[in-house]
Amino acid sequence: MELGALGKEYQDQEIICGQGAAGDCMFVIQAGRAQVLRTEGGREVVVGELSAGDVFGEMAIFDRQPRSASVRARGTARVLTLDKRSFMRRVHEDPSLAFEILQKMSLRIRSLDEALSRMNQPRA
Amino acid sequence: MGATLDNGSRVGVIGGGPAGSLFAYFLLAFARRMDLELTVDIYEPRDFTKPGPGGCNMCGGIVSESLIQMLAVEGINLPPTIVQRGIDSYVLCTDRGNVRIDTPLQENRIAAVHRGGGPRDAGVLNWGGLDGFLLELAREQGAQVLPQRVADAGWDGDRPTLGTGDAARAYDLLAVATGVNSSGWQMLETLGFRSRRPATTKAYITELALGQAAISRHFGSSMHMFLLNMPRLDCAAIIPKGDFLTVCLLGKDIDRELINAFFQSEAVRRCFPDDWQPGEGACHCSPKINVREAAQPFMDRVVLIGDCGVTRLYKDGIGAAYRTAKAAARTAVFSGVSARDFEKHYRPAYRAIARDNRYGWLTFAVVHQIKALGPLLSGVLSMTEGEQSRPGSDRRMSIVLWDMFTGSAPYRDIFYRTLDPRFLGRFLWNSAHALRNGRREKGAEVSHGAGSAG
Repeated sequence: MELGALGKEYQDQEIICGQGAAGDCMFVIQAGRAQVLRTEGGREVVVGELSAGDVFGEMAIFDRQPRSASVRARGTARVLTLDKRSFMRRVHEDPSLAFEILQKMSLRIRSLDEALSRMNQPRA
Repeated sequence: MGATLDNGSRVGVIGGGPAGSLFAYFLLAFARRMDLELTVDIYEPRDFTKPGPGGCNMCGGIVSESLIQMLAVEGINLPPTIVQRGIDSYVLCTDRGNVRIDTPLQENRIAAVHRGGGPRDAGVLNWGGLDGFLLELAREQGAQVLPQRVADAGWDGDRPTLGTGDAARAYDLLAVATGVNSSGWQMLETLGFRSRRPATTKAYITELALGQAAISRHFGSSMHMFLLNMPRLDCAAIIPKGDFLTVCLLGKDIDRELINAFFQSEAVRRCFPDDWQPGEGACHCSPKINVREAAQPFMDRVVLIGDCGVTRLYKDGIGAAYRTAKAAARTAVFSGVSARDFEKHYRPAYRAIARDNRYGWLTFAVVHQIKALGPLLSGVLSMTEGEQSRPGSDRRMSIVLWDMFTGSAPYRDIFYRTLDPRFLGRFLWNSAHALRNGRREKGAEVSHGAGSAG
């Protein structure tokens, strides 16, 4: 890892967080890319791609449910872990801190809506 | 009705250090959320890309673990072109030995940076400085950076004005982020500020050119903290960076005699190569640091942010700049810019830092007593050593030391954690054990895995 690199380096295909695990932290990609995977009935489905600056793992922090998907490094990826407790403490002092997360979640719901609408379109 | 910012309002920021830049950044981001168009001028005469005093903000240059995380949530990620070394551990160095404290996640979450272009004897500039990086973020957000020194301030009706010699501009809000090492306070007095100034003490900072390979060999990616039984020295740190080591001494009346005693102490000598001698002529400074807040940090249309108002005692000054800058920007956009608005919405964040510093003083007073009493210091070392050698064990002392050195938790939390009967019981048991065994092996290495890093 570079001298001034922050976070932790994950190798290609290494799991950063696993589906079903307890969510006591969230993550921000500092460099590289990662894939969001969901396993349903033994089948692995890629449900998203992440790159530098993307936040993930925040859903389990807010809804206190096990992680809904796994995230796996694509190539070498560097990821910073954010502690749930310090994040929650700061959000209660400064609620505007949650705005960035809210904005990202909103974009994600928008793209899910679009995907759903495409799936439900009658085939010509 | 109080004063508010409207479309077309102008905001002046004196000082383009972290407080000024982050204030401008958040002010413009919040304004965008409210569909508000503002003009923001940042007055900063220094060029942060230049090495030496002309582009330096005289600071140890540590971005704390908690600030790194919060900035990442804000979408501000510090790149390796700015961070000279990611820090993953601390080594506590005392007259009685060293102990290394690792972050539980084994992750680089603390950033060692230079505030400006680097020491004056830096040859090739391989890294950018933090202050230049943040100023550029503010510029990208829409702020205008004026490379001019503010010569005078006054009023045009109820709006403050700033003059640069050839021109004077009136503003709807003035954010003062001048730190405590400039003549900013006189300007505030001409604006009618009648507050108690911040109390300051002098620190000592020097940059030692040891070279990247030697720094990696002897210091690794560990910040070295020194608890030495030297009156007047509250704490000292050696921060490994790229090609330089930054040495910071904090306490009362740091003078040449104390600096020499520090470098000659056994705990410091054993960190360096055997043949190393502190050379003459290294880039150094004795900046003032804020140790007690200004009593009144605002008036109508004027607000103090960062060090010229309040900062965190000894640790995480950049984190305090972030918190005050953001609280002031939030108040200005979502509430208003009158003294009443700042009293209601800015004062709580300001007071929280000032109140927490009272616990900081108390904590450092206890640390002074521990430094002076050998068995207690040995108790700290052996309790930490035990915790670090048993992964998964209850790490009460390690967490107290980690939070204290990194500035990751409020002093209040740290103080109350030390009053926990289980913490006190173990600490006293370890101290009594050290006393009984007559533990006197001065300079012994008791580090868990510290090796050459100690």
